[in-house]
Amino acid sequence: MANMRLDKNKIPEQDPQVRAGNFKEVALGYTAEMAMDEAQRCLNCKNQPCVAGCPVNVRIPEFLSLVAEGKFLEAAAVVKSTNSLPAICGRVCPQETQCEALCVRGKKGEPVGIGRVERFVADYQMEHSVEKVEVAPSNGHKVAVIGSGPAGLTCAGDLAKLGYQVTIFEALHTPGGVLVYGIPEFRLPKALVRREIATVEALGVKLIPNMVIGKSTTLDELLQEEGFEAVFVGSGAGLPNFQKIPGENLLGVYSANEFLTRINLMKAYDFPQHDTPVKVGKTVAVVGGGNVAMDAARCAKRMGAEHVYIVYRRSDAELPARAEEVHHAKEEGIIFRLLTNPTQIFGDEEGRVKSMEVIEMELGEPDASGRRRPIAKKGSEYIIDVQTVVIAIGNSPNPLIKSTTPGLECQSWGGIIADEETGKTSREGVYAGGDAVTGAATVILAMGAGKKAAAAIDDYIKNK
Amino acid sequence: MFPIVKKRVLNPTVTYMEILAPHIAKKALPGQFIMLRINEDGERIPLTIAGYDREAGTITIIFQKVGYTTYALDLMNEGDELLDFVGPLGIASEFDGMKKVCVVGGGLGVAIAYPQAKALHDLGAEVDFIVGFKNKELIILEEEFNNACTNLVVMTDDGSNGNKGFVTAALEKKLAEGVEYDTVIAIGPLMMMKAVADMTREKKIHTIVSMNSVMVDGTGMCGCCRLTVDGKTKFACVDGPDFDGHLVDFEEAMARSRMYSTEEAESMKKHECRLTGGAK
Repeated sequence: MANMRLDKNKIPEQDPQVRAGNFKEVALGYTAEMAMDEAQRCLNCKNQPCVAGCPVNVRIPEFLSLVAEGKFLEAAAVVKSTNSLPAICGRVCPQETQCEALCVRGKKGEPVGIGRVERFVADYQMEHSVEKVEVAPSNGHKVAVIGSGPAGLTCAGDLAKLGYQVTIFEALHTPGGVLVYGIPEFRLPKALVRREIATVEALGVKLIPNMVIGKSTTLDELLQEEGFEAVFVGSGAGLPNFQKIPGENLLGVYSANEFLTRINLMKAYDFPQHDTPVKVGKTVAVVGGGNVAMDAARCAKRMGAEHVYIVYRRSDAELPARAEEVHHAKEEGIIFRLLTNPTQIFGDEEGRVKSMEVIEMELGEPDASGRRRPIAKKGSEYIIDVQTVVIAIGNSPNPLIKSTTPGLECQSWGGIIADEETGKTSREGVYAGGDAVTGAATVILAMGAGKKAAAAIDDYIKNK
Repeated sequence: MFPIVKKRVLNPTVTYMEILAPHIAKKALPGQFIMLRINEDGERIPLTIAGYDREAGTITIIFQKVGYTTYALDLMNEGDELLDFVGPLGIASEFDGMKKVCVVGGGLGVAIAYPQAKALHDLGAEVDFIVGFKNKELIILEEEFNNACTNLVVMTDDGSNGNKGFVTAALEKKLAEGVEYDTVIAIGPLMMMKAVADMTREKKIHTIVSMNSVMVDGTGMCGCCRLTVDGKTKFACVDGPDFDGHLVDFEEAMARSRMYSTEEAESMKKHECRLTGGAK
């Protein structure tokens, strides 16, 4: 008989006051008892709506049943059979709009905490078993993967399991893509990312950092000179968008990418032990309302800022960030200035940011995105004193691959045009997925795309 | 890892290194740059490619000791290895149609301007190469410079080589003498590039400057290196580093170059012991 309690087991967290001063992980994870108790809330529905809600179709009821019985390692094996990065997904997937949104238990009460249990089994496995990774016998075919973020890692892992010789080319010095430069330590510990990447490498995948495809070598050279039979492009959406308002090049205005990269990848929080600095004043305004904006705001707080504002032009209901991240940010004292939009940034005589002019907004009719269009209220401008402004209004795909790969068709905004089911692009043997195709989205969608592309690449090479 | 295969101390503040990086040497062109990181705690810094040897697979970098990373780099020796070395990044310089060119290099810019002068010279253009140093003792690579141009003018701030004045004075003199350049290429401190651009603007001489902005990744990801060119925001790393000198907002670029001046000083102080081997 299922556990019919209406609410999820709460996940233990660091106290907001304490965690706002450190970079340690916020959520501490379930204990074995909590995980078993939560897993017992699953009704084991016949039609399994949750599985359909998962971009990589994790066999959710199956692994939950095993957890309910205390068979954690078996449960982990079920998860890993379709999801190569479960410890990451358990932490950063928006389960509330995917698997958990479709959970029958959610109709009356809270859905099963699938993400929290997934995280538990992945962590349990890392702690309790030395995973034996079987390297598949080589089938003699070489595939190149561009980018070592979630899409690339998933695609590479799946192909390696089929016997392909896979090489991942990473532009930065550390693999992981957005998992290491973007998502902060307190939401996704980097040691864990390193372990997940090591697992992919253990499958026989070769990882080469410091290779900027389009510069160090080109996609065509990989295909024509280096002997790769197919290429998967998972280069992400790394080109920061700015608002194009006056004052945006003042000292102290950062793109969220720069701010987060300095802090997460280059470890500026440990300056001068680590050599890369970042400047965080007493008051910081983060412009935008997505997960990246929440990450930047919460990093600013941890870097010692006294007042941190989220400045977002729509209302609470339209915030694109996960509800959990908004909740965490509020708990940590981030101040939300909603229905507010920056109009210009002012600097002092040295060109350093001293204040930002914002204007109040109201919501009009829904726009093309289906969200109500924000309209500026005339004459409602006012000034807030800030020393740092972080622009977190989204990223576009980096044009380096597009501009150096003739015949690779792209959208006007830069996204690579690829078939949704296979990742197939306009160039034979070239597949793409993740943010490079969709624009900034989620880790799990990128993984889903990597997975589909791996299957399609396998098909392509077999039938060549 | 990327081994240092050759090191030469050119003068007390400027060092020459050849780094083994065959895949970069295969592609590198004048005007491009690399990003490097010395060790796990290190900062990523951009350095212009000062030369390349496709057969030996090496990239030449010439750097001035200005901050912690360049001081630490200077302490490394032949056989040591750099942890990260990425490139070639940025858009290569365009030399199409250039017949009579003045290449002006000031400060460390002299070393960076060298590959440009050499490339133009090799393409058959007439090249006046103006370089400047503080004094005679600091003059470097004179022979290499001489072989890379039609006329070499070496200036010293104190006149100790008999040629007193800034590089801009030498350019001014050339222009006053009626020398007609189709292009002036200026590489060096922002102040110097601005002065050159101001001088050539009136005469409507096409002027190219090489923007050495603060960068983090160097691949277009962070926007730290952004500058205003003709009223539009550009990224030095992917849109440059070469830009039309008459369209660059130098005031803004100069302010942005000072973004981390206090932190740079702090970093130097913190690591004083490491840099001096505890001698201090």
